[in-house]
Amino acid sequence: MIQTDILIIGAGPCGLFTVFEAGLLKLRCHLIDALPQPGGQCSEIYPKKPIYDIPAYPSILAGELVDRLMEQAEPFCPGFTLGERAEQIEKDAEGQFILTTNRGTQHRAPVIAIAGGLGCFEPRKPPVPQLADFEDKGVEYIIKDPEFYRDKKVVISGGGDSALDWTIFLAEGVASEVTLVHRRKEFRGHLDSVQKVMDLAASGRINLMTDAEVVEVAGQNQLESLAIKTKDGEVHTVPTDHWVPLFGLSPKLGPIADWNLNITKNAVEVNTLDYSTNVPGVYAIGDINTYPGKLKLILCGFHEATLMVQSAFKRIYPDKNLVLKYTTVNGVNGFEG
Amino acid sequence: MEDNMIRVSVTDREGNVHDLDAPTDMGMNMMELCKSAELPVEGTCGGMAMCASCHMYVKSSHEIPPKSDDEEDMLDEAFFVEDNSRLGCQIHLSNDLNGLKVELAPVGN
Repeated sequence: MIQTDILIIGAGPCGLFTVFEAGLLKLRCHLIDALPQPGGQCSEIYPKKPIYDIPAYPSILAGELVDRLMEQAEPFCPGFTLGERAEQIEKDAEGQFILTTNRGTQHRAPVIAIAGGLGCFEPRKPPVPQLADFEDKGVEYIIKDPEFYRDKKVVISGGGDSALDWTIFLAEGVASEVTLVHRRKEFRGHLDSVQKVMDLAASGRINLMTDAEVVEVAGQNQLESLAIKTKDGEVHTVPTDHWVPLFGLSPKLGPIADWNLNITKNAVEVNTLDYSTNVPGVYAIGDINTYPGKLKLILCGFHEATLMVQSAFKRIYPDKNLVLKYTTVNGVNGFEG
Repeated sequence: MEDNMIRVSVTDREGNVHDLDAPTDMGMNMMELCKSAELPVEGTCGGMAMCASCHMYVKSSHEIPPKSDDEEDMLDEAFFVEDNSRLGCQIHLSNDLNGLKVELAPVGN
């Protein structure tokens, strides 16, 4: 069981800055994120895009902002549970929250701060009838272990880097047969990956189907074949053991929706006094919360995080007085390990 | 119609038609216009052509600047893509788009 003072759900900019502000009050933080790396949207969607409205940075790349926030948080030794989705919260006999992830990792804390942004990033699923019936029965949205595909027939869909890279990897001595299906002729991946895929197709080591999409899945309990429709209107039946649709990730509010929080339009209602939710001890900051006048800006999330930790401190230490100390006067005194 | 105002029509996923008055001097795009009218358009990435959550079909014959590579690439991650598919965030509202007709594309799971 991982014990901390503030359990932060979401390791985006807002969650990361919370570590710093909490650290100034000697509160420890642990972050949970469904993505395998910190940074949230900034890392996942637009790491190379400049942001122009961070005070004192006329321009900063989103990825660089995350790096700097990580650096700023570092003295306070945050813990991370990455690649796991916060699934369930309950209270123990001492009034502390126990949070369990989808992989069963348990965390315990007196305060939870939801900094979940748009929600959890989950694979985008193509709108093919009966798709759900074949999930984990031949249909996978993420390749976790390429060995799983050894000597199997695999169809990959998508036109981005992950589709190209896995096609190349599986074609080189792993899968027995690889088919890449893409809706148009052009690919958006790195030029050398695109060239490599074209070469593999030219030499007959993969089947490349462009201007094509999977329209049906079929099989008895286990995936056996796909119907692939090409732009000329023809439908081809392709026997396969696996289909891996790689269409990127899209955010879903996820399990948070079931935590008895007041939710309006996919956002958690908070009191702007301290960004507390209707569940005592649970706060929500950043893009995931809503209140009159809410603006979804990183800048505003930083402010919310700062006020929230003050309230969290009073909740954790009701008898202690809190005096605002300026970092310029006191410096930043981190934790020792 | 006033200067710098156009009217566009948006058909939502239930087939209801919404006629929206839109300013053309505020640097707005179709994704933002739909959101401000509380139509179910996510606009997850904020208008950078980096998600595909404002996918719509252009139903009128207006000349819209062609798709950038970024937009075309992003449509690879969308579903129900047709020849008239566009990302709303890449349709910038200008006076020559008066009378534009679009339909919101279906969303996957």
